[in-house]
Amino acid sequence: MVTILIILAIVLASLAIWQLMRVFEGTSKLKGDTSFVPTDAENGYQGKMMFLFMFGYFAFFAWLYVKCVPLLLPESASEHGVLLDQLLGFNFLIITIVFVATHVFLFYFAYKYTFSKDRKAYFYTHSNKLELLWTTVPAVFLAVIIVYGLSAWIDITDEAPENSLTIELYPKQFDWTARYSGIDSTLGASNYNMISTFNPLGVITNGSVAQMQEELKADIVYYQEELEKAPKGGVKDEELTETIAKRKRQLERVSSFEGLNAASLVSGDDDVLVKNEFYIPKGKSIEFIFRSRDVIHSAYMPHFRSQMNCVPGMTTTLNFVPTITTAEMREKTNNPEFEYMLLCNKICGAAHYNMKMVIKVVEQEEYNKWISEQKTFNESIQPAEEGVASEINLSGNEISMIEQ
Amino acid sequence: MATEAAHKNDHHHEETFISKYIFSMDHKMISKQFLITGMIMAVIGMIMSSLFRLQLGWQGESFWILNFFLGDKWAPEGILDPNMYLALVTIHGTIMVFFLLTGGLSGTFANLLIPFQIGARDMASGFMNMLSYWFFLASSVVMVGSLFIETGPASGGWTVYPPLSALPQAMPGSGLGMTLWLVSMSLFIVSSLLGGLNYVVTVINLRTKGMTMTRLPLSIWALFVTAIIGVLSFPVLFSAALLLIFDRMFGTSFYLSDIHIAGEVLEQTGGSPILYEHLFWFLGHPEVYIVLLPALGITSEVIATNSRKPIFGYRAMIGSILAIAFLSFIVWGHHMFVTGMNPFLGSVFTFTTLLIAIPSAVKAFNYITTLWKGNIRFTPAMLFSIGMVSTFISGGVTGIILADSALDINLHDTYFVVAHFHIVMGLSAVLAMYAGVYHWFPKMYGKMMNRKLGYAHFWLTFVSAYGVFFPQHFLGLAGMPRRYYSNSEFPMFDEFVSLNEMISVFAIIGALAQFIFMFNFFYSMFRGPKSSQNPWGSNTLEWTTPVEPIHGNWPGPLPVVHRWAYDYSKPGKEQDFVPQTVPLEEGELDGGAGH
Ligand code: HEM
Ligand SMILES: [Cu+2]
Ligand SMILES: [Cu+2]
Repeated sequence: MVTILIILAIVLASLAIWQLMRVFEGTSKLKGDTSFVPTDAENGYQGKMMFLFMFGYFAFFAWLYVKCVPLLLPESASEHGVLLDQLLGFNFLIITIVFVATHVFLFYFAYKYTFSKDRKAYFYTHSNKLELLWTTVPAVFLAVIIVYGLSAWIDITDEAPENSLTIELYPKQFDWTARYSGIDSTLGASNYNMISTFNPLGVITNGSVAQMQEELKADIVYYQEELEKAPKGGVKDEELTETIAKRKRQLERVSSFEGLNAASLVSGDDDVLVKNEFYIPKGKSIEFIFRSRDVIHSAYMPHFRSQMNCVPGMTTTLNFVPTITTAEMREKTNNPEFEYMLLCNKICGAAHYNMKMVIKVVEQEEYNKWISEQKTFNESIQPAEEGVASEINLSGNEISMIEQ
Repeated sequence: MATEAAHKNDHHHEETFISKYIFSMDHKMISKQFLITGMIMAVIGMIMSSLFRLQLGWQGESFWILNFFLGDKWAPEGILDPNMYLALVTIHGTIMVFFLLTGGLSGTFANLLIPFQIGARDMASGFMNMLSYWFFLASSVVMVGSLFIETGPASGGWTVYPPLSALPQAMPGSGLGMTLWLVSMSLFIVSSLLGGLNYVVTVINLRTKGMTMTRLPLSIWALFVTAIIGVLSFPVLFSAALLLIFDRMFGTSFYLSDIHIAGEVLEQTGGSPILYEHLFWFLGHPEVYIVLLPALGITSEVIATNSRKPIFGYRAMIGSILAIAFLSFIVWGHHMFVTGMNPFLGSVFTFTTLLIAIPSAVKAFNYITTLWKGNIRFTPAMLFSIGMVSTFISGGVTGIILADSALDINLHDTYFVVAHFHIVMGLSAVLAMYAGVYHWFPKMYGKMMNRKLGYAHFWLTFVSAYGVFFPQHFLGLAGMPRRYYSNSEFPMFDEFVSLNEMISVFAIIGALAQFIFMFNFFYSMFRGPKSSQNPWGSNTLEWTTPVEPIHGNWPGPLPVVHRWAYDYSKPGKEQDFVPQTVPLEEGELDGGAGH
């Protein structure tokens, strides 16, 4: 019904315009105005509109500026971010000047040199002097911008200092896990073949390898039983054979990890895995390491002016020093609910918009207390946790499974 | 010579409806076919943007119109599904960039203007030209067809990065929808290459007597260089797509490695998604200029003609087109600053990218100087062209910020980028395309479009376009990521609800305003007043052809060119324009040759 009404409205509107056009045509013929170019009145009117538009545009800019600037990100909570904000301010200053000046000329000229029969345009083909001027002046400004920008870039992308705290941020569709290196300050080795309900990051330790082997063997037995039940030569048959072969190959790869040196097989035991929120101590350099389980994600921490893509098959890193605790920022922003957030900023599927983690910046003592209360990886893969662990994984895969 | 003889022969044979309107090899008809197809695609892309703007403006609210267009599966009870949101964004972007502003823009104006303005009877190969259109149409049909399949169209963003786009387990749109996307794009690339080669060859070989390269109108220079860029870069996209097809269908691992998805380990190892990004952006960045250069070319013609003044710095304009074209091939890494690339490489890309600002600035300043002391006639085309210079500057200056690798860290993939590329590429090219249509409509249909409706169309479009995209800079500066179905998960964005609502209102007004144009276009096509031969008082050759277009363009011999295209208001001349066919007087200098 509504659809019909809408269609009717469109048809009527078109008819109305059509009629209007005929009137237009009629009157312009009556006036003997058959010229193809705009009349003096039209030229004058449009020229004024151009000029007016300029003021409107600037006013819109000013209004947005006043309205939005208080809503932007609060002051940077990382050391390098302060530098970036200055750089951004400097660049904005330059481009705003260019933007305003060129627009004034553009619209003012449009208005000032509106057509008049009594005037002839100035035949001005080129001017080497002028053109040289506006090649070199931008070049000089750009040189400044480049030097300033690159010095900041080199600073920011520098390697993390020796004593940094290393944290791995590991995304999958559609959540994050953070991993701390534990007492030994070394993240345990990890591999995607090791990923299971108990071991969302595929950390390799003696315990987790044994567990994974068991799981895969159980899988193989299960599929073999299914295979015996399935009619020979069917599609199901083929699929199951394929699955069994795959699991066997994975088992081989997993078993090969037993050959790693003894030290690396235990360094993962004390790692700490957390979800939903993670803590970092103020004033300490934090080195983040990123991998990805499935597709590209991007770890975006706007309050710290930091971002890095998380790409399956490779590791990426970034580092920064947080300078303002969550509590301090709550005071500064006058917002008792303020939280630093980790967002996903690379399209990764349906729930991309909802892939987040809270970042708590705290004083060192509080951090120490918090981390000591967390379960280690070794504790978390004990069978007692089974129920909880599988729940986590299920909810993680929920969306992709349902939407197949 | 051979083509000329051939054309003379088929001057007189009878044309059937089919050979004239459907399988036409005439550049003028093919141009119109591209235009109409591009317009249809644009309407689809625009409706999509209005639909997802409804979601972004009033998040999670129910709109019957969403349900009307998308059905119960994708908009149950009028609430947009997140997967469909991504699909709409993806196809919107693909359509706007490729189908409207590459196929539609170059296809229309290269076909219309190249033979006309260089004084040729047609393209070098009419047959290849026809094929180019038919591949374009086929790819459009496949792309639109992909909207109607069960699992929905491709939805990994218009850049379709693997692994997301490679694995059907990752999202529904990566199934059949993605396959169709790849098929469609492959057809599109073939179309683009057939067209591009033809344009290049035609400009090189078929210029009429006297039409030296330094007498070519800037529109032709722009279209010529665009075609070269396309011919050099589209094959790279083709290989990127081909490798993606292999990864999807044949278990290769060009882009895949170490993946565990939907509870399964994938056996592909050794590939890298970053390889895809490099290949994609090796086309992707030049693509920006494939969109922009024709727009700048059109703007040059329209501004010079309607200022009644030579384009300022003709040679500098050619120089900047060439510089931009060259640089456009060595800046692609600025899309990848946060992929973990070597910081030194990042520095190099920052440097080359900022270099592009110089020729771009030269162009902008030259347009403004062309207006200075001009005698400006505000035809609708002129309004759109001035609007284009404004968007080119407004969007261009924010490019300086994004080119800065350090600043891009915090702005990459936010709404700041959305604002930047929509203004500098989307708006500039769309406004210029409208300018082109208003300006050359008399040449296409022998009729005039209505000016009053043109004015209304311009102002509504221009104002709402800035209303949509200008505020998005601020969203980006607040850290709002793009490709988010909803922002309500993050309290930090709550303050922007009303701004998003305003943006959506502008988007809808802007979209509705385009129907004024549609109406004007089709109405004028049939009922517009008949045009005169040279309604704008232009110098270029297309205005020396008869009003009623004929096969072969000129009834008699081809015109001979004696001067550049910009002798407007030349001192000592009675009229304020001197067509290129008018011989130089004793001692008169040709403007194009410099002083
Ligand atoms: C009717 C006017 C338009 C509106 C309201 C509009 C709006 C939008 C919005 C809201 C997005 C989604 C941003 C995101 O979440 O990342 C988008 C994406 C995009 N638009 Fe537009 N747009 C319009 C016209 C255009 C034009 C003319 C172009 C041509 C260049 C264009 C090209 C794109 C591209 C390439 C994307 C990115 C798609 C992606 O993220 O994969 N749009 N548009
Ligand atoms: Cu994501
Ligand atoms: Cu680029």
